[in-house]
Amino acid sequence: MPARLPRLHSLLLQLLLSLPLAGCDMVTLSPSGDIAARQGDLIVIATVLMLLIVVPVMILTGWFAWHFRASNQKANHDPDWHHSTALELVIWSAPLLIVIMLGAVTWISTHTLDPFRKLDRIAEGRPVPEGVRPLKVQVVALDWKWLFIYPDYGIASVNEMAAPVDVPIEFQITSSTVMNSFFVPALAGQIYAMPAMETRLHAVINKAGDFEGFSANYSGAGFSHMRFNFKGMDGEGFDRWVAAVRESNTELGRGEYLQLEKPSAREPVRHYGKTMAGLYDAVLNLCVEPTKMCQRDMAAIDARGGLGLANVYNVTRLSYDADRRRGAELPASNVYVAALCSLPSDVMASPVDPAFYGSRRLAP
Amino acid sequence: MTIASEPNSAPAQLHDSVFLGRLSLESIPYHEPIILVTFAVAGLLGLSLLVWITRARAWGWLWRDWFCTIDHKKIGVMYMVLGFVMLIRGFSDAIMMRAQQAMAFGDANGYLPPHHYDQIFTAHGVIMIFFVAMPFVTGLMNYIVPLQIGARDVAFPFLNNFSFWMTTAGAVLVMLSLFIGEFATTGWLAYPPLSGAAYSPGVGVDYYIWALQIAGVGTLLSGVNLLVTIIKMRAPGMGLMQMPIFTWTSLCTNVLIVAAFPVLTAVLVLLALDRTVGTNFFTNDFGGNPMMYVNLIWIWGHPEVYILILPLFGVFSEVVSTFSGKRLFGYASMVYATIVITILSYLVWLHHFFTMGSGASVNSFFGITTMIISIPTGAKMFNWLFTMYRGRIRFELPMLWTMGFMFTFVIGGMTGVLLAVPPADFVLHNSLFLIAHFHNVIIGGVVFGVFAGVSYWFPKVFGYKLDVFWGRVSFWCWQIGFLFAFMPLYILGLMGVTRRVSHFEDTSLQPWFIVAAFGAVLIGCGILAMLVQFRVSYVRRESLRDDSGDPWNGRTLEWATSSPPPDYNFAFTPRVHDIDAWWDMKRGGYQRPTTGFLAIHMPKNTPAGIILAGISGVMGFALIWHIWWAAGAAFAALIATAIVHTFNLDRDYHVPVETVTAVEDLRTRQLAEAGA
Repeated sequence: MPARLPRLHSLLLQLLLSLPLAGCDMVTLSPSGDIAARQGDLIVIATVLMLLIVVPVMILTGWFAWHFRASNQKANHDPDWHHSTALELVIWSAPLLIVIMLGAVTWISTHTLDPFRKLDRIAEGRPVPEGVRPLKVQVVALDWKWLFIYPDYGIASVNEMAAPVDVPIEFQITSSTVMNSFFVPALAGQIYAMPAMETRLHAVINKAGDFEGFSANYSGAGFSHMRFNFKGMDGEGFDRWVAAVRESNTELGRGEYLQLEKPSAREPVRHYGKTMAGLYDAVLNLCVEPTKMCQRDMAAIDARGGLGLANVYNVTRLSYDADRRRGAELPASNVYVAALCSLPSDVMASPVDPAFYGSRRLAP
Repeated sequence: MTIASEPNSAPAQLHDSVFLGRLSLESIPYHEPIILVTFAVAGLLGLSLLVWITRARAWGWLWRDWFCTIDHKKIGVMYMVLGFVMLIRGFSDAIMMRAQQAMAFGDANGYLPPHHYDQIFTAHGVIMIFFVAMPFVTGLMNYIVPLQIGARDVAFPFLNNFSFWMTTAGAVLVMLSLFIGEFATTGWLAYPPLSGAAYSPGVGVDYYIWALQIAGVGTLLSGVNLLVTIIKMRAPGMGLMQMPIFTWTSLCTNVLIVAAFPVLTAVLVLLALDRTVGTNFFTNDFGGNPMMYVNLIWIWGHPEVYILILPLFGVFSEVVSTFSGKRLFGYASMVYATIVITILSYLVWLHHFFTMGSGASVNSFFGITTMIISIPTGAKMFNWLFTMYRGRIRFELPMLWTMGFMFTFVIGGMTGVLLAVPPADFVLHNSLFLIAHFHNVIIGGVVFGVFAGVSYWFPKVFGYKLDVFWGRVSFWCWQIGFLFAFMPLYILGLMGVTRRVSHFEDTSLQPWFIVAAFGAVLIGCGILAMLVQFRVSYVRRESLRDDSGDPWNGRTLEWATSSPPPDYNFAFTPRVHDIDAWWDMKRGGYQRPTTGFLAIHMPKNTPAGIILAGISGVMGFALIWHIWWAAGAAFAALIATAIVHTFNLDRDYHVPVETVTAVEDLRTRQLAEAGA
């Protein structure tokens, strides 16, 4: 069996691929990044494992249905035959065996292909070379476009992302308003982009080329056009791209971000030669607006027991969603909690001393 | 392009009016021609139906004998009618989506703006699950379960009527959203923060919440009702392990309903609070956590999938056994498989969001539990297979749908297990592969199962069989249409194409979508052929008539009584000695008693259910539009009506012995003529 399995595997693989692949590009089964390639292989392995039981079932169904048709009087007829311990053992244990195999594959692959796990190889048989620094990219899903910040280069781009071939990429991913899903099928499987939360993805692109990236999770009216270009480039090409972005003299600061964040669709590619340090952290903590308090600061205050009544002052400084209300000029005033908690300023304690926030406070 | 103010969304009002809340003339989407035409056609059809009923002087009969009925059989039939009506609405949504996706490539934008398209895919999902699949399943259980266990009605007959009308009130609200205001543009599970007040300020999500809340009350109560019925009202001698397998799967489904639906109710209450009074359970700010909603909704949502499929597994078991002329292979193994699925269905919910960043160990746990469900499901498949083995299989319509199911469902099951492998799901989540998968199991499993059940029990309900020719046409249209509509979606999914997209840049994808649209048209022909089948069968009912009450040589108790059964189902409660009680009775030379009848104690019809549900619908509408005074008044009226109803002590009567004797004598003559 072990000797025959690979042959059967490749035979079925070819069969599987040749049928529907005629004339279309199955990016998930032949991608250009190592992670996506391993995920694609897993699809094939799991399918083959399951076909081991599905194909016999389908053949038996067809055969029994035909052979035991009412008009075939020659077929063995036994209306009271309804139990067989041996058969029961087989029909419970055959799927069980498949699931045990598939479960083992699942446990291992889920851990090795965990998007939060650092890469240990850039392709089959090629471990990550010594001394290679991974490319850090901070991704923000906006309504309805993608912002990519390169913290190590101090640059940013909208709806275009570039990465050097065979260099591990470390993504930090968040969103500005609603849930999206960051997905470049050629590179790696998707991971959600969620506001005030961060997900991570580790991946590598092995071939140069332009690949499609998009949001895989519906996020509102402009969702269909929330697409970007993922460029896999050789080292020099990437350096040239970085240099070209740097030449752009637009800067991405708080003001520009707040402007960019407003809902819009089909946005052209934009480059920012300079980016405010710590912008991504401010986005993640819902405090790009200078008047807002960062969530981590509030969390730090809460962790120390809160500030009692004085903390009421902070409530309006934490509001975020209401300011981004879609489709209406003025919010109807039904956010009662915020309204109830707004005391007149003369009864308010003085704003909290910033030093109290703790050591992890953002740089201004 | 800026979408800051969408031209097609209802303009937001700055101030709600005290009298009408958010409602105004602007709320009627008269600037959208598609909706206007739909409204005109629906209005015309509705009006002609009303005129027809009036001219037939049928209102009194409809009200007394149907709307106010507490007869589980009539309520079952009404559930099925609701399911079919809503199927047509849900299918219209489907074909509009398929048309849009077949057209909108490159420079062509198709005929639906995003705001309309997004409502359609949301409505399609909500309607097909809550107002098509659920009424179908509940309808089948309602009609068949009491007959199969030899009972005269369900445990709480009034509650049954109330449950049905609550479900209908929810359906009415969803339909109303088409013509007054808008429906949600969030997808069928309305994930926050998108469904929160800030990002969906219109009435769409409120329609969603209140339609589901009201229908959910109906579902929950009907779950309690059937659960108690099965536990307490089985005929003497019918232990749990003598129950027909459809009753077993119904029992498990109702356990799931009772355990799962309160979670849905709770999570929707929290969302409603967020939207209307400004709490922060699921908002981004003030410590809200949208992930909590996603977890809760799927803790309901995954069992819901099994709520839908389990009773149909029961139908397939009954059909395979009856049409193979053979006792079900591995009855005990079937029962345990059902129980295992019931329990495991609570341990898999996270597989719907592997891609939201749970750790590898959590993901693997939920992936593997999901795979384990395929073991009992696989065992069931083998049990059906070995029921056919050494049988004499008659390929009547129910068996045809069952064969379609067996071939289709294994593919859906396989792709489902594939999606349970987390790293594979990272690639396939939210893709058209996923869409193809769940339509594969829901159409191949639930829909085919319902149609198998309908064609199997139709002669029991109406006394004549369904026309075979049009049934076959319908089956093949559905089966081939399904393949055309969803196989391209599997392939598109592997090409990295995702769901809920209303416009594509890549024109090379278009042929696949055109094929899928063709498949949808074929399915449409299948639905049409089924309607023709009902009409033709009605016209030819005399030649299709079955007087025996047992047209398929059945095995369970529902075939022991006449078709249609008398109001009281059984003149004498049957005594059960074995699995397949009716088969056992027939083999033991059962003689139908023709004398010695007694008066029968039965519940009385009441209008309380439809009145309570009507008031609930009004309250839901008022809450949706923020007409607070009306909501308050409706709530007060609801409580008052419920209290008044408790003082109505005139709830039961005895069918006099003369009536029973007359009905049974008629039956005796009918049987004699059929035998002659």
